[in-house]
Amino acid sequence: MSKAVKKNNTVKLDFNIEYAPAPESKASASIQPSYDLFINGKFEKPASKKYFDTINPATEEKLSSIAEANATDVNKAVKAARNAYDNTWSKMPAKERAKYIYRIARMIQERAREFAVIETLDGGKPIRESRDIDIPLVANHFFYYAGWADKLAYAFPNKKIQSLGVAGQIIPWNFPLLMAAWKIAPALATGNTVVLKPAETTSLTALKLAEIIQESDLPPGVVNIITGAGATGAAIVNHPDINKIAFTGSTDVGKIIQRAVAGTNKKVTLELGGKAANIIFDDAPIDQAVEGVINGIFFNQGHVCCAGSRLFVQESVYDIVLKKLKDRLSTLIVGDPMDKNTDIGAINSKQQMDNIHKYLRIGEKEGLEMYQNNCVLPKKGFFIRPTLFTNVAQSSRLAQEEIFGPVLTIQTFRTDDEVIEKANNTPFGLSAGVWTDKGSKIFNLTTKLRAGVIWANTYNKFDPTSPFGGYKESGYGREGGLHGLGAYLK
Amino acid sequence: MKRLEVLKTYKIYIGGQFPRTESGRYYTPKNKSGEVLANVCLSSRKDVREAVSAARAAFGGWSAKPAFNRGQILYRIAEVLEGRKAQFINELMKQDASSAQAEAEVSLSIDRLIYFAGWCDKFQQVFGSVNPVASSHFNFSVPEPTGVVSIVAPQENSLLGLVSVMAPVIAGGNTCIILASEMKPLCSVTFAEVIHASDVSGGVVNILTGNPNELVKYLADHMDINAIIYCEKDAATQQIIQEKSSLNVKRAIFYDSINWKKEEAENPYLIMDTQEIKTTWHPIENIGGAKSGY
Repeated sequence: MSKAVKKNNTVKLDFNIEYAPAPESKASASIQPSYDLFINGKFEKPASKKYFDTINPATEEKLSSIAEANATDVNKAVKAARNAYDNTWSKMPAKERAKYIYRIARMIQERAREFAVIETLDGGKPIRESRDIDIPLVANHFFYYAGWADKLAYAFPNKKIQSLGVAGQIIPWNFPLLMAAWKIAPALATGNTVVLKPAETTSLTALKLAEIIQESDLPPGVVNIITGAGATGAAIVNHPDINKIAFTGSTDVGKIIQRAVAGTNKKVTLELGGKAANIIFDDAPIDQAVEGVINGIFFNQGHVCCAGSRLFVQESVYDIVLKKLKDRLSTLIVGDPMDKNTDIGAINSKQQMDNIHKYLRIGEKEGLEMYQNNCVLPKKGFFIRPTLFTNVAQSSRLAQEEIFGPVLTIQTFRTDDEVIEKANNTPFGLSAGVWTDKGSKIFNLTTKLRAGVIWANTYNKFDPTSPFGGYKESGYGREGGLHGLGAYLK
Repeated sequence: MKRLEVLKTYKIYIGGQFPRTESGRYYTPKNKSGEVLANVCLSSRKDVREAVSAARAAFGGWSAKPAFNRGQILYRIAEVLEGRKAQFINELMKQDASSAQAEAEVSLSIDRLIYFAGWCDKFQQVFGSVNPVASSHFNFSVPEPTGVVSIVAPQENSLLGLVSVMAPVIAGGNTCIILASEMKPLCSVTFAEVIHASDVSGGVVNILTGNPNELVKYLADHMDINAIIYCEKDAATQQIIQEKSSLNVKRAIFYDSINWKKEEAENPYLIMDTQEIKTTWHPIENIGGAKSGY
């Protein structure tokens, strides 16, 4: 019997297929040599007079210069947002508000390819992902929330619907435009105005969105997009005339923000880090599970807060799962993000690459067994081979800390109770994955795992109607769906 | 000869037991006419820790109880309170309430428990959702309790305030550590006896007495507390709570403008303040060509 199982499940990969390059054209992307701050409906030079470079992490070539907003610029943006809130946006009939948001959604759809190309050039993610996942979700998100604008009374029974005012929004570099959509769409639908800051390594698509917002005739000041690094973000968080802070990023920075707003009346939502468990039971469809685990951790180079970075495999199927994982890992194509065949693109920045390397060294020092794909990495740019670690203790730093890269730790378990306990044994609680053929087991697990999103027999799925957000140190508040509206109402 | 009254020792309530504070300390709250109400436990940081351990241990069982069952238990608390009304009125009057005020406060506290008892198996239906995702998944979101909640109970309306803040927290399946009103602690301690007699498992509700200024920072910075509720307007304390809460991204909730005597204290949004939304993506097998036209 065991022989037969072995035979049926052995994957033979002793062939060698060379893929011809299939690069996406850069022609659809028009990137200006420099970008100013989008304040009150106009692009304005920064008071700081400073600009910083944004580069293509796959080639290390400069793409453009981005204005650096200082406290004066932030103040200007907040004033514009306040003025727009008081005089235009909060007074506009909700139906009209909805139509502006619909219009923005449509314009994004029309220019989807351009956005996808720029997202990939600036951030390093495979074009296949930005084209098929990020940008469609962006447009859908605006479309979904547009429709809520004049229906809010049905979302919160017996509650007076009141917007908050000016929302300061700070977003990360892993899904640059998608995170902008997750922030801006619900804020506008609920009648707030916005000052948004993209991450300093990935400002371009947010600035392209500013162009669309300008073309859409959205009243000036309703959305302001200002660029810069941590200091700019801090100026937003600390600005006294902001009513709401929405932040997506690391747990460390989230804690700083929670501390910084102490003693103010700012409403806060935090979408922070994770260390998700992805659990394979012995009755799972193994091939589907292996594919899902690969997607769970290597999607977007592992730069995903909800990445399935801790794999738990039931002992009885451990050998076959590990073999299949290694086989699949060795076929992943790492390289040019603009190539449509690429599975794993460039690490977003040198800083992040160094950080991931640090964890690889920690893993080796701790005595974990490392397995990597042996592909040839491009000579320029920031790339890391997809990596598995086995022989991982629950106490290993690799199993405890968020790495935010293509690094998977693998542990085993025997019983349901054991894996629930191990999976929950983390300060994070953003997401988890469960692989089993048994629906009743899925429901048992989803009730007991302390995390905000549970994927069963799938992973890293997103939808505008589906609320997303964490338990415990993964933050509070939800984005997406009806529940996402609550973050922007009193 | 007049019978000598037996005086009551006011102790704290942790994990279903009534210990004295481990610190051995006490304080003597007085009423307006300067009478000492009792020797009351001045709880310590260690008592907070013990209470958190008890609350965490009780969380799994309490949150997994059928919602209907939780509703019955909350109703039971109301029943037992009703039966001991006279004692509470008496204690409230010792704490300076008039007899009419005391009577009203106890009645309203009972009614409030009934109100939230009813929500136990209903708020999930109001605030949960089925989400029409584009892929082949049954996607739904349900509220789940945040976990262990620390509560600094309102200083005024020491019974009604405590009940009003506690009820939505435990109705939603959380467990809690309550720091009772400092100067009016009598009925809070007696309320622990009501809890104890009402089928509430030990550790679900823990009640401490003591000095909020001393203990609030421990209730805010303990790493195994998931949320904290504070009911006073004191801005400096609110700031300390938020700063300490950031250590483990604790949910800090301030009820500083709710009038507990009014209807505004009765709504399910108070339950939702200590709930998380969990979203599940359940697969749908969709491989056949069969249509559902008939």
